[in-house]
Amino acid sequence: MSVRRLADDSMQPQAFAFSAENDAWADATVRKYPEGRQQSAVIPLLMRAQDQEGWVTKAAIEHVADRLGMPLIRVLEVATFYTQFMLQPIGTKAHIQVCGTTPCMLRGAEDLKAVCKKKIHPEPFHRNAEGTLSWEEVECQGACVNAPMIMIFKDAYEDLTPERLEEIIDEFEAGNGGKVKTGPQNGRHESVPIGGLTSLTEDYDDLVSKQKSETETGPANGAGSQGAGAGATISAPPSEAGRPDTESSYTDPTIDAPGKPADAAVDESNERSVSDDLVAEAKDPSAGQEGGAREGGTDQEERDAAEFGQVSGDDPKADPQTAGGSFVDREKAAREAVVQDFKTVEDPGGPDIDAARDATEVDDLLNRGGQRLEGERAHTSDTGAGAVYDDTFASKATEGEAGSAGAGTGRPIDQQADLPQEGEDLGEGEKPQNLIDGPREGETSDLQSIKGIGPVIEAKLNELGVYHVSQVAAWRREELVWVDNYLNFRGRAVRDQWVDQAKVRADVGTDSGNGSES
Amino acid sequence: MLADKDRIFTNIYGLRDKSLKAAMKRGHFDGTKEIIEKGRDWIINEMKASGLRGRGGAGFPTGLKWSFMPKESSGRPHYLVVNADESEPGTCKDREIMRNDPFTLLEGCVIAGFAMGAHTAYIYIRGEYIREREALQRAVDECYEAGILGRDNSCGWDFDIVVHHGAGAYICGEETALLESLEGKKGQPRLKPPFPANVGLYGCPTTVNNVESIAVAPTILRRGGGWFAGIGRENNTGTKLFCISGHVEQPCTVEEAMGISFRELIEKHCGGIRGGWDNLLAVIPGGSSVPLVPGKDIIDAPMDFDGLKDIKTSLGTAAVIVMDKSTDIVKAIARISYFYKHESCGQCTPCREGTGWMWRVMERMAVGNAKKSEIDMLLQVTKQVEGHTICALGDAAAWPIQGLMRHFRPEIERRIDEFSRNADLDRPHLVAAE
Repeated sequence: MSVRRLADDSMQPQAFAFSAENDAWADATVRKYPEGRQQSAVIPLLMRAQDQEGWVTKAAIEHVADRLGMPLIRVLEVATFYTQFMLQPIGTKAHIQVCGTTPCMLRGAEDLKAVCKKKIHPEPFHRNAEGTLSWEEVECQGACVNAPMIMIFKDAYEDLTPERLEEIIDEFEAGNGGKVKTGPQNGRHESVPIGGLTSLTEDYDDLVSKQKSETETGPANGAGSQGAGAGATISAPPSEAGRPDTESSYTDPTIDAPGKPADAAVDESNERSVSDDLVAEAKDPSAGQEGGAREGGTDQEERDAAEFGQVSGDDPKADPQTAGGSFVDREKAAREAVVQDFKTVEDPGGPDIDAARDATEVDDLLNRGGQRLEGERAHTSDTGAGAVYDDTFASKATEGEAGSAGAGTGRPIDQQADLPQEGEDLGEGEKPQNLIDGPREGETSDLQSIKGIGPVIEAKLNELGVYHVSQVAAWRREELVWVDNYLNFRGRAVRDQWVDQAKVRADVGTDSGNGSES
Repeated sequence: MLADKDRIFTNIYGLRDKSLKAAMKRGHFDGTKEIIEKGRDWIINEMKASGLRGRGGAGFPTGLKWSFMPKESSGRPHYLVVNADESEPGTCKDREIMRNDPFTLLEGCVIAGFAMGAHTAYIYIRGEYIREREALQRAVDECYEAGILGRDNSCGWDFDIVVHHGAGAYICGEETALLESLEGKKGQPRLKPPFPANVGLYGCPTTVNNVESIAVAPTILRRGGGWFAGIGRENNTGTKLFCISGHVEQPCTVEEAMGISFRELIEKHCGGIRGGWDNLLAVIPGGSSVPLVPGKDIIDAPMDFDGLKDIKTSLGTAAVIVMDKSTDIVKAIARISYFYKHESCGQCTPCREGTGWMWRVMERMAVGNAKKSEIDMLLQVTKQVEGHTICALGDAAAWPIQGLMRHFRPEIERRIDEFSRNADLDRPHLVAAE
C-alpha cells in the first residue's frame, strides 16, 4: 500500500466549484448510474475536479461529497486510495509520469528516471524551481510493447530514449507541449512491430492509401486521426500543458447516449453524454429492465423494502428520489439528507434514546421511503452503544423473563436450537388481541426501537393496529407467529425475538422516564 | 501460423478506418439480430462448444461463466460488467481492442448481455487509458446514433452501455474489487461467496468478463463454436492476443493461435531475441503474476494454458516478458515485488505486511546483502502469504519470487557470497589482541 495524505492546509485553496461546463458534465455523469447509486460517480467527478484544478483539493473532496450525498470520509477514502489522484500541486506545465515497472525497466526506464531527476527534481512529486514541472514513478501504464514510456496528462509518449525525453521535457517547459507527437517516438505505429506488419497484411497497401487520403481530408468520425498517415494531427493537444484539455467532449452532443438529460429544463447547451433511456427506465423500472430501479439495499430498511416490496421503485410517494423531479431538487434533498459529522456525536444511539425517538425523525425517514444514507444507520450492531445494548438485553432477559418465543436470549443466535430457521413453517399462529386504532394519547409509535423493525415494517404494523412496544411485549408466541405471517416475514420476527426485545425496551423506557422526573 | 482470414481483430493496429461504417464493412454487427434470435441456450452452448477460456488470466471457461447467471429473474436487474482495468504488468492487449477495434467489444456486450438477461453493461476501463476511453466512448456514441444500442435497437435486445473508469488501482482488476470501485468505494475485494453471479454490482446478479473474452464472442457465434475450437489444441482453443515486451527485436501485440510455440511466436512476429537465441535468459509468459521460466525450458513449449502449466508457469494474460542475459534477474523480480507492495489494497494482513516485507528482502538480495538462510525464510513467507488472502493478489505477489528461487537460486547465493567477500575487503584486518 502507499501512504497518501492530503496536502498541508497551507496549500489548500478555500473553495472549490466546478466550472459551468464541468458542472453540467457532472450532472450528466451522475445520471448515467441508476437512481440511488449516485455514489458510483465519485471517481469520475473527482477526476474531473483534478482536471480542472490540476490536483484534488480538500475543498473539491468536500464538494463532491456534498454533491453525491456521501459521507465525507467515504470520498476521502476514495481520494487517498486511488493513486491517480494528485493530492498536492504538481507542475503547472507538465507532470511527467514515468512507468517504472519491470517491462519498462527492462527497456530502460531507469535512464528515464535519471533524466527526470536531473532535469526536474531529485525527488518525485517535488516541483522544479519555477514550479512548472514535476515527475513521479508510476506502476504499469499498460503500454508494455511500447516500453519505455511516460504519460503527461492524457497522452502517452512511448518507445522513448533518454535523449528524446529531454527534448520532450524541454518542449513542455517552453509551453509547446501540444506540439509534441504523442504515441511512439521512434517512428513505429502503435503496437505494430517496428520492422513492419507480420500479420493482417492482406490488402494492406490498399487500406493504407485509403487511410492516408482520409487523414488528409480529415476523418468525419473523429477517430483515427493519429493513424499511419503522414502529418497526422494530434486530436486534442493539451491546451495549456499544465491544464489538460477538458473542453473536448468525448461525446457528440447530438447523440443519444446514456446519461443524456431527459429533462427539458436542462440547459440545451450543456455538454451531454446521456440518453433518455436510462433516465426513463429509472423512472419506470419495468420498461426494458427486468427489475426495479432500486435494488440490493445496503442497510436494514432497504433490505426490508427490497425483500418485502414495501417500497417499490415506481411509487412516487414512497420514494421521492426515484420519482424524479428536477435534478436540482433531488440534489437538494440529498444534501439535506446527509448527516453531518456532528450528528453522530449528539446521538449516542443508546437504547433509552432510541426508545424516545423523535417522532419527526421517524416521519422524515418514512418520507424518504426507508432510504437511509450510510452514516445514519441505527439499531445495527455497528452503530455504537453496542456493548451497553447487549449487556442490558442479556441481563434483563436472563432475569427470568423467559418469554414464550425463545428463552436464554443471551446466547448467540446460532446456538439457539429452539429458534426457527428461515422458511421454517411455524404454523398459523393467532391474531393478537391487543390491537388498537391509533397511538395512545401523547405518545407516538415507537416500534423502531426493536431490532428488525424499520420504518417500512413499522408502517405495516401501525396499519394492523400495533403502535407501542408495550403491545409487542404482551404477545404470546402464537401471536408473534401470526404477526410474522401477516408481515410475510419468514420467521424473522420470531428469530429476532421481538417480544423479548420489547420487554426489555418497555422496562428501559420506564426506567429512563423515572430518572428524568426525579 | 494463423491465417489473416482467421484473425478476429482485423483492425487491431488501427491502420484501417475505425468508424462504425467501416467496421460493419469488415463484418462487425453482421447478423447480430439473428444470433440473438437463436436464443440464450444456443448462444451459451455454442460458447461452451468453442472452448473459449476467459482471457483475463485465470482461464475460466466463458460459456460456463455465462450459464451461472440466474435463469429466472428475481426482480433484480442483471448486469454485465466488462473488466477493462488492464493493469497486469506486461499486458496491453485490451488497449488495442478499445482504441482500434472497439466494435468487437460492443457487439460482444450486446450478445453476452442477452445471454445473461442483462440490459445494461458497464465497461470499467482503467483510469490511465484516457485516449482509449475517449475512443471507446466515441464508438458507443456511434452505435447509439446508428440505433444499434439503446431501446428498440436493431439488435433486438434493449441494451445500454456505460463507460466507467477507475483511477489507477491495479487491484480493481479483481472482479469484486472492480464492483466495489464501480459502486464508488475503495477497491477492496469482497469475500466470496456470495459470488457476483448472485450478488454483484448493486447487489444484483452480475457477470464480470475480460474485454478480450467478450470481444471474441460475436465472431465465434457467427462462424460457429467449431471453427474456434478447431484452432489450437484441445482445451486450449482459439486465437489469443499476445503482447511481447522486453528484450526482443520488435516488441508487438499480435493475434495468434493458441498453442503456437514460443520460438515461432518470437521468430515470426518479434524478429527474434535481442542478441540471438543463445542470449535468452528467462521468460515471464503471462504477465507479472506468473512464475518466470528459464529460456531453455520455454523455447519449444506451446503457448497455451496447459502447455505452460507443464513447465510450472501459466499463460495468464499472454503478456510475454522476455529477458536476455543482460538482465539483472533478481532486480527485475524485486521490481515486481515492489509493484505488488505498491498495489496491495491493505485489506488482508498477510498481503499488506507480506508484500512490503518480501520486497525489502528482495531488494537486499538483489545486491547480495543477505544471509543464505534468508532465502528459505523468504520462500516460507511466500507460502504463508499465498492462499491466505481474500483475493489472488497475495498469490500473485508470491509466485514470481517462488519462480525466481526455483530457477535462479544459485545466482542469488553467488551474489550473497560476492557481497560477503567484498564486505570483508573494506573491513580493517583483525589482529588477535595480545
